[in-house]
Amino acid sequence: MTRRALVAAWGGVTLVTCVFLIVPLLLSVLAGVSSDYAEGVRGGLTLRWLGEVWTAYRGEVVRSLVLAVTTLAVVVCSGVPLAYVLARTGGRLARGVEELVAFPIAVPGLALALALIELYGPFGTFRRSWLFIVAGHVLYTLPFMTRAVLAVLQSFDVGALDEAAASLGAGTLRRFAGVVLPNVRAGIVAGALMTFTLSVGEFNLTWLLHTPLTKTLPVGLADAYASLRLEVASAYTLMFFLMIVPVLIALQWFARWTERRGFAA
Amino acid sequence: MTGTRIRLTACGKRYADGTRALEPVDLEVASGETVVLLGPSGCGKTTTLRIIAGLLAPDAGGRVRFDDDDVTALPIERRNVGMVFQSYALFPDRSVARNVAYGLEVRRVPRVERDERVASLLRLMRIEHLAHRAIGTLSGGQRQRVALARALAPRPRVLLLDEPLAALDAKLRDTLRVEIDALLRSLGVTAVYVTHDQAEAMALGDRIVVMDAGRIAQVGTARDIYLRPANRFVAEFVGTANRLRGVVRDGTLAVAGGTIAVGGDDGDAEILFRPQDAEPVEPSAAQLRGRVVRAHFLGDRLRLIVEGIGDEPCVVETAGALAFAAGDEIGLRLHADRVLRALA
Repeated sequence: MTRRALVAAWGGVTLVTCVFLIVPLLLSVLAGVSSDYAEGVRGGLTLRWLGEVWTAYRGEVVRSLVLAVTTLAVVVCSGVPLAYVLARTGGRLARGVEELVAFPIAVPGLALALALIELYGPFGTFRRSWLFIVAGHVLYTLPFMTRAVLAVLQSFDVGALDEAAASLGAGTLRRFAGVVLPNVRAGIVAGALMTFTLSVGEFNLTWLLHTPLTKTLPVGLADAYASLRLEVASAYTLMFFLMIVPVLIALQWFARWTERRGFAA
Repeated sequence: MTGTRIRLTACGKRYADGTRALEPVDLEVASGETVVLLGPSGCGKTTTLRIIAGLLAPDAGGRVRFDDDDVTALPIERRNVGMVFQSYALFPDRSVARNVAYGLEVRRVPRVERDERVASLLRLMRIEHLAHRAIGTLSGGQRQRVALARALAPRPRVLLLDEPLAALDAKLRDTLRVEIDALLRSLGVTAVYVTHDQAEAMALGDRIVVMDAGRIAQVGTARDIYLRPANRFVAEFVGTANRLRGVVRDGTLAVAGGTIAVGGDDGDAEILFRPQDAEPVEPSAAQLRGRVVRAHFLGDRLRLIVEGIGDEPCVVETAGALAFAAGDEIGLRLHADRVLRALA
């Protein structure tokens, strides 16, 4: 095959993949702003459904955001030091712990939720609060953060940097904050993107963990699909995008900003 | 910079799985002296350096002293050592100047004094023009200069260098080796330098510690270990050595290619000689005769691989002007006073 044909084929595959991914989303978004789904775009566009969703599900939107931010905070504070310790220790024990942390991904969300309910069911106050859902989300997203940070840590000799800083007189905390953290930013941002989006979109676990007072956005979406007009459910999806996309952009921007700042100094 | 004397007593290291990285060793490095730890990988030289640094604790009974202070229990960050790594280990998120400033920031040196010190070290290493560059844009040689400046900035009691030139190409290695030598001498700092390269060791070390399988094989000046190696390992690791085995009768060793007067007791014996200590002579009049199987012209000298002298081919080096080719008969005369006999 000539080079040009190869490029064309490659471009074609990419295009088909993009279409495959984007078309369903576009259709859904379109449905969310159509006056009448049956008539399609010709029936006219409206923001009415979006307004209805906002009025009815404002609580869920806010709760989902608070949940995701809390989950992210817990995961950053525990996952990053964990990855650092795993990278510095190495060996069979570290690999074992890494596998153990990743275990909740392999187990169906429903099973994980049942285990949590069996364990914490008796603690009624905790069981009923939104923090119970945070616990589930942390279990589920922690491995994404540790993996992402670990991958960056393993891409350079963090051990040597750490030893160099120690030889220059820096204690453990100072080394972690001043040498390790700035150099694993990329991993933390990648892990944070995963954690935040997974938390906002998580349904399996949350469906079992939630109470009528602690519904999240995806649980509400399931309700909407089950009981309301298709247009409303689609508007609901649109609401999702409106929440996630700015966060993704902000995180990417933050990553670039810290990078620039690091080198300018 | 004042030189600190380093003393190791009975410092050994055994890992949990039972492997012995280092047999208990005693070693003293005088104030201002440069000692090179030389040996193949796995000989214990890096373990020794890491015990001095405080990155590894010696097994029970081992003691590390800087002058009269027992620092055995101190972690590296409280020993005030400067370290230079093979991988440079520069902080990629900091500029050159801020890398050099790190140890001073940790010690809370006031800003003005810190800036002055950083500037003087950049000047010393001749990298002032790189002060604001990112580490990622530097060449290997520049990086190692930054690493040296960073290690020296807080005025460490001892400077520890772990194969600092191993990642550089040959020409740069030579240049930087000369510079490091001059630097260590002018600063008068006590330095321990780890390498597996004997040329580097001989050029830099006031004394060389040759290590083998977790033990110190010999300690001495470059001249000592080259001319009077303590055993076969040292003779073969430091430079090339040809080995001849045979039986001595009446003070003469008989080998495949002839006889050599070696003196001493009769019986089985082994001798070693350096490539440049065998002189090519007329085959008919020679004590040893062999055949050239390969001749490498190296410019300043000619390296010959000669068969038929002993069990293994011998390496002989001679003046580059001599013409020898594969297949030539060759006679050799060994300088009796340079032949090393009966090494373990």
